[in-house]
Amino acid sequence: MRRWLRDSAHLVRPALVLLAALAVFLVVRSAIIPKAFGQYGHYRPGALDLVRQHPIAYAGQETCLMCHEDEGKARAAGKHAHVACEACHGPLAQHTGDPTSYVPKLPVVADLCRRCHEQDAAKPKDFPQVQTAVHSGGAACNDCHKPHNPQL
Amino acid sequence: MDISRRDLFQIGGKILVLASVGATLEQITGAAPPSDAYRMADHWWGMIIDIDQCIGCGNCVRACSRENNVPEGYFRTWVERYQIEEEDKPPRVESPNGAMDGFPPLTRTDLKSFYVPKLCNHCADSPCVQVCPVGATFVSPDGVVLVDETYCLGCRYCVQACPYGCRYLHPAKNTVDKCTLCYHRITQGLTTACCENCPTGARLLVDFKNPKDPVHEILRTHKVEVLKPYMATRAKVYYENLDGAVR
Amino acid sequence: MMIPGVDGFMYPNEVELQWSVLIVLYPYITGLVAGAFILASLERVFKVDAVRPTYRLALLTALAFLLVAPLPLQLHLGHPERSFEMYLTPHTSSAMAMFGFVYLWYLTVVLLLEIWLEYRAEIVQLALSSQGLKRWIYRVLTLGSYNVSPEARRVDDKVGYAVTVIGIPSAFLLHGYVGFIFGSVKANPWWSSPLMPIVFLFSAMVSGIAAVMVLYAVSMKLRKTVIDMRCLDTIARYLFYTFVIDFTLEMLDLVHRTYESDESFRSLDFMVHTRLWGSQVILQIFLGTLVPLALLAGTQLFRIAEGRRKAMYMTAGGLTLIGIFAMRWNVVIGGQLFSKSFLGYTSYKMELVTREGLVPAILLMLLPFAIFLVLVKLLPPWQEGKAHEA
Repeated sequence: MRRWLRDSAHLVRPALVLLAALAVFLVVRSAIIPKAFGQYGHYRPGALDLVRQHPIAYAGQETCLMCHEDEGKARAAGKHAHVACEACHGPLAQHTGDPTSYVPKLPVVADLCRRCHEQDAAKPKDFPQVQTAVHSGGAACNDCHKPHNPQL
Repeated sequence: MDISRRDLFQIGGKILVLASVGATLEQITGAAPPSDAYRMADHWWGMIIDIDQCIGCGNCVRACSRENNVPEGYFRTWVERYQIEEEDKPPRVESPNGAMDGFPPLTRTDLKSFYVPKLCNHCADSPCVQVCPVGATFVSPDGVVLVDETYCLGCRYCVQACPYGCRYLHPAKNTVDKCTLCYHRITQGLTTACCENCPTGARLLVDFKNPKDPVHEILRTHKVEVLKPYMATRAKVYYENLDGAVR
Repeated sequence: MMIPGVDGFMYPNEVELQWSVLIVLYPYITGLVAGAFILASLERVFKVDAVRPTYRLALLTALAFLLVAPLPLQLHLGHPERSFEMYLTPHTSSAMAMFGFVYLWYLTVVLLLEIWLEYRAEIVQLALSSQGLKRWIYRVLTLGSYNVSPEARRVDDKVGYAVTVIGIPSAFLLHGYVGFIFGSVKANPWWSSPLMPIVFLFSAMVSGIAAVMVLYAVSMKLRKTVIDMRCLDTIARYLFYTFVIDFTLEMLDLVHRTYESDESFRSLDFMVHTRLWGSQVILQIFLGTLVPLALLAGTQLFRIAEGRRKAMYMTAGGLTLIGIFAMRWNVVIGGQLFSKSFLGYTSYKMELVTREGLVPAILLMLLPFAIFLVLVKLLPPWQEGKAHEA
């Protein structure tokens, strides 16, 4: 027995090295592992907050309508009733944040109308679409159609 | 007390400005967001897309890009145009720059053609979450698949595992990025940027846990499908009027 | 709108490949490690004395490649400084999460321990006889024990045997899990297959055995020493057997795919005939498999003179190493060249001097040889073949 111990004693050394490394790893791990990891699942719960903190660019039409009631009424009476304000006017959270200092530019009408209403075989058949070059003979869309209530 | 609409609005505006400043500071300091009336357990988010309403205008792609600072050349959402020629031939599909500028008009009226908006399906049994080696991507308790950009290694295993091609590596952050279902908006009572800006209502954010949500009636009365159902990912974006040729 | 390099339709985010040549390198390198170790275990565990002259060489080859293995992965990561997260919060549903643990296990408990046990007598002798820096290196390597009595060495032999026995499934795990990383991705029909881990493993063994065979012959040539032909013949024989199994498995996959002809087949078939023609059909199948198999079969079936035989072995070995690299390339790159919509294809734009470019890849492939030269200097593997007793 003693002889066996003497002959295999050196095996303790690599074992000790491994155990020491393991101990160091466990200590370091408990120090740097993110707090509360695993609270909701295998992830850092702080990630949810991080994503939620992203700034908002589009205010949403409910906010627009708080001031622009008249435009809202005109729109509600026509075919664009379900088209959001910012769908044409672009992201306006900055404007709703400080209405006087940030005044948005009015969109370029022709490009805007064409994007939705240019005739295209892949669009649903019942969707109002025209070949704009032929339809208006070069006139701007809002020469005849009022954007908020475009029906003629 | 009589408050004029302007006053109300200015107060609201100031709160919004303060909130955004606060949010920015919090992003730096890492503290919790200001208001927390939102309870994750009360929501289970998804989306309904009606193919028969999509006109391929690309508003959703542009809105998403601006709302979420999506890097150029990458897409959190995109629209595809399908042209089905004869039977038994693969369809012709295109998505010019993801439909960021819409599509060039299609004149051929002799074939079946339609638009298909696509985005992350926020799968309940998400294969991308399954393969993440460290837990940097996950399904939130309210059903949104998100990425923790401070934890992601950028190994891109999840990009390989997604059957729908909705993930990409953000070129500046070097972490994986994808549609967040505008989590920062929906947790504050707003809808997603894409749904807000869709002019025809083809895209609709839904909350399965809300008993008053129209999704229940839609699912009960309309024919719906998810993309690649055989992948069994329990995708939560349902398509109405989807053609079988759509991949 | 035509996107350069794209034919047909790809989902917009699919156009750019995510996993580069570095991800081709990683399974190639761990495959060489696993294969070299299996060859070493042939002598140690399965008592094939003929390959004894290559035992230590195989261990050092395995170590040299294993030390380089994590580097392509680190270079590939978007945030290599966060790679330790795999040790902090490994996601147990992800095959990739086991990399850190399997690697460390294999490096320490299998390879380093086995090398230490094998070389202890020389390490102690060199610790007592060397000068200067080398003396310190050897002294550290002794881990403080100078007991190299015959009884202690017998204990070393027994423990080394046990370590090798554990090492065989460990080597299988080290490389097999990589096959599972690919084989378990249901989204990708080029990868998704239960055969993938097995195919990876057998091609790894083929590449590892070929690598040791070539290294042995080249080392003997450089040292102007006679090559033990019995050893070389035996290694070649095992290479042949393993290759036959590997080839059978790959053909099984091909035949199965073609027969079932599911939705993905047309798209994948087209991809192989166009974008992968050179790397798959010419390089992997013909030059990398059929020609070496023919050469090796020839040496088994016919009596061929020693000089000619050596040339055939070296040719077969070299072609095999290229062919197995091509196989890794075809799996990793090929799996990303086609659209998951099955409606289009993209191209791999391999850059030159960027983090994931060709130049770092070449340097990473050369690095193990540099390490090998250092290891060979430090722990000479040339011994007069006394077989292990245990």
